[in-house]
Amino acid sequence: MTSSTLLALEAVGISFGGLQAVKKVSFQVQEGQIKALIGPNGAGKTTLFNLITGMLRPDHGEIRFQEQAIQGLPPFRIADRGISRTFQIVQLFGHMTVVENVMVGRHLRTRAGLLAAALRLPWSRREEAAIRSQSLAWLDFVGLQDRADDYAANLPLGHQRLLEIARALATEPKLLLLDEPAAGLDMTETERLKELIFAIRARGISVLLVEHDMSLTMEVADEIVVLDHGELLAEGPPRDIQRHPAVIAAYLGRDWEKE
Amino acid sequence: MARYQRWLQAGVFYLLVALSGSLLPGTYYVTLLNLIGLHIIIVLGLNLLMGYAGQISLGHAAFFGLGAYTSGILTATYKVDPLLALLAGLLLSTLVAVIVGIPALKLKGYYLAMATLGFGIIVAIAFQQMDWLTGGPSGFMGIPPFRFLGWRFQTPAAKFFLVWALVGLILFLSLNIVDSRIGRALRAIHDSETAALAMGVDAQRLKLLIFVVSALYASLAGSLLAHTVNFIAPSSFGFMFSIKLVTMVVVGGMASIWGSLLGAAVLTVLPELLAVFHDLEVVIFGLILMVVMIFLPRGLVRGLLDLWELRRRKKQGR
Amino acid sequence: MEKLAELLQYIFSGLTNGAIYALIGLGFSIIFNATAIINFAQGEFVMLGALVVIAFSALGLSLPLALVLAVAAVTVMGLAFERLAIRPARDATAISLIIITVGGGVLIKGLAMLLWGKDAYTLPPFSGQEPLTLAGATILPQSLWIMALTLLLVVGLEAFLHFTILGKAMRAASYNPVAARLVGIRVSQMVQFSFGLSAALGAAAGVLIAPITMGVYDMGTMLGLKGFCAAVIGGLGSIFGVVLGGLLLGVAEALASGLVSSGYRDAVAFLILLLVLFFRPQGLIGRRPLRSS
Ligand SMILES: Nc1ncnc2c1ncn2[C@@H]1O[C@H](COP(=O)(O)OP(=O)(O)OP(=O)(O)O)[C@@H](O)[C@H]1O
Ligand SMILES: [Mg+2]
Repeated sequence: MTSSTLLALEAVGISFGGLQAVKKVSFQVQEGQIKALIGPNGAGKTTLFNLITGMLRPDHGEIRFQEQAIQGLPPFRIADRGISRTFQIVQLFGHMTVVENVMVGRHLRTRAGLLAAALRLPWSRREEAAIRSQSLAWLDFVGLQDRADDYAANLPLGHQRLLEIARALATEPKLLLLDEPAAGLDMTETERLKELIFAIRARGISVLLVEHDMSLTMEVADEIVVLDHGELLAEGPPRDIQRHPAVIAAYLGRDWEKE
Repeated sequence: MARYQRWLQAGVFYLLVALSGSLLPGTYYVTLLNLIGLHIIIVLGLNLLMGYAGQISLGHAAFFGLGAYTSGILTATYKVDPLLALLAGLLLSTLVAVIVGIPALKLKGYYLAMATLGFGIIVAIAFQQMDWLTGGPSGFMGIPPFRFLGWRFQTPAAKFFLVWALVGLILFLSLNIVDSRIGRALRAIHDSETAALAMGVDAQRLKLLIFVVSALYASLAGSLLAHTVNFIAPSSFGFMFSIKLVTMVVVGGMASIWGSLLGAAVLTVLPELLAVFHDLEVVIFGLILMVVMIFLPRGLVRGLLDLWELRRRKKQGR
Repeated sequence: MEKLAELLQYIFSGLTNGAIYALIGLGFSIIFNATAIINFAQGEFVMLGALVVIAFSALGLSLPLALVLAVAAVTVMGLAFERLAIRPARDATAISLIIITVGGGVLIKGLAMLLWGKDAYTLPPFSGQEPLTLAGATILPQSLWIMALTLLLVVGLEAFLHFTILGKAMRAASYNPVAARLVGIRVSQMVQFSFGLSAALGAAAGVLIAPITMGVYDMGTMLGLKGFCAAVIGGLGSIFGVVLGGLLLGVAEALASGLVSSGYRDAVAFLILLLVLFFRPQGLIGRRPLRSS
């Protein structure tokens, strides 16, 4: 199987004040791959996501997406290139309905501007109808079609996480970053999430996953990157990572053996 | 379904306005209705900015003034066609809104409030000080009526027609903007700018865009003011008026287009009603501002609905 | 030589006004740090200070007694203002709170107009009318009083915030309300106290400036906005910053109105405000917050 590199990080680093949150991290995500990023609390996983999506600008290093440098671009441009994400602390548009949340995800791929909207031009009305039906389809994909008209803030946490995924998918990403999507989910929900992640990959979308739930991670990931104190500790397929002595010492430890 | 309801609402609303415009005796009420209409135009724009995009402005009176003075000066002093003067006002307001908006909209919350406040006061001072152009504190007189395709909007009835036709246009545009791709992106920025950015919304550009739109609305209202009252003075465009506009938005209800109509109407009529109290007027006005904000922070419409809901639940509870 | 004296003259009058702006700005900063509220009624307490001291001294009280009583009376009004207008609106949004304090300011100004009418009242200066001459420029004794008493108040405020239990509790409550509550500080009391303190500072500014500008019911609004500019320019979080902001503002205004045009005097403050907000939003002295979110 030949696969080409979608995302490449090269010696990426950033510090906050005196704290080196990410230190010279390099790894790659291949097209069609599900890659997991694990590490103890404060290891710098979310910070890495923020760097990739343009929320933060790296102090040094290079981030390439489809062969082009993207570090320092504003977030909305990076989203346009084809990277979307969910948030560890859910960031929904709480005063908007579930389907409207997904419709915001279609913003990038549609074009009705202020004037077309204000005058309700026929083509913009058609576009609006298309936005709605596509968004409903994404809701269907994650299994939230019944809640389309509820306010996002009123959903239970598990559904909010699914909604974030639907919203991110609506931007038609090539790479989807999931920040602890299983946090706060029960067992059946986690099981469904697993299926969903595979279904996303089946659509040709690569996934970079941050997750503390080890059994989920080990099952879905093709490859795992381990981060500790901002440094890349190990990289490899799940079975190697499970046996990697430094990883066990730094992170997995006894808790992992028990699970 | 919802769409027909909306047009029905608009129809009923217009019938009411037209009826009161034609049935109320004397020019006083027509003038008052015109003023309400002008305020509605500004408040609709300000609500797009505040209620939808979540960005406050304490300086919008400045754009009202820019429109009024541009129209007034160009038509009275330089005999320019009123329509051209109005367009010039819109152009000037766009320019100023872009220059002020680019740095100001990078600020958030109170800091944005302070910046727009400062901007508003500077413009108000300029109106006062450039007396060779604006007539200074004593005002600017002799503005001709609006002319358009051979029509002259001189009588109170004609002015009424002009103002409310434009209110209708602006209302139509605003309702459309609100439930469009752009309106949705604005509301998204309001709820979570981070998430909106991650979804590919160019938040900075959209905020600026809607700031300019709201400035255009205010400028249009200003031009209309110049041609309906034929006399303008800097005191109408100061800090207090900016605050009054914000109050109209909040009293009507943030992110509620129909609420804006109510907010503008109530706060325009209120001082007139209070005028019978003479010196007590300001005291009562201040008191009402505080009481409404303390007890109905979500605005009159939603606030009263909330209270009603609360009472109903209590009754059912028993 | 003459040019120099003229310049000195502007600087004197600028420093006098600047000291007043600093006092008012400190009022803004104290409330802002305790509650994250910008109190737009602040200027009205300055007006109240001026008019109340004039009323007391008209009753025949000696000047020092009238001063102290006026500041005390206005402090009580500040406490009442918090109790009646701010506390009931605890969960209000920033925009609602802006409108509430503006409404409160309108109300206070309206009441003052009912009580005192629209006339301006005079207060004799604290000591003598005779201007002193200094390097060719003149300075009123009242200006010296203003600068000296402002200095005293600022030093007193610093000492109060750093060396008294109450002051320390106030600072703790503003840094971290949750932690402060845990160690037994009643945060709501601290909030009320901050309103009292800032009303007192406003009133002090009012009594100090009354002999120079006279007291009128509508004198407060512009003074309040200027004080607010001073606070933002210097940095709302720092006492030293606010004082610096006030003095800078006063001098800049005096120079601009003397050397350019007096009509744009009031615009100077807001122009500087905009420049500071656009290029250094944390104020001249304030530190940039570490986390951007
Ligand atoms: N904007 C910021 N400013 C200052 N420090 C930050 C910022 N963002 C993150 N940090 C610090 O950087 C370090 C890495 O944080 P990060 O959120 O990336 O960890 P994480 O691996 O996602 O942890 P968790 O598993 O708890 O989510 C932490 O020490 C955090 O406190
Ligand atoms: Mg994290």
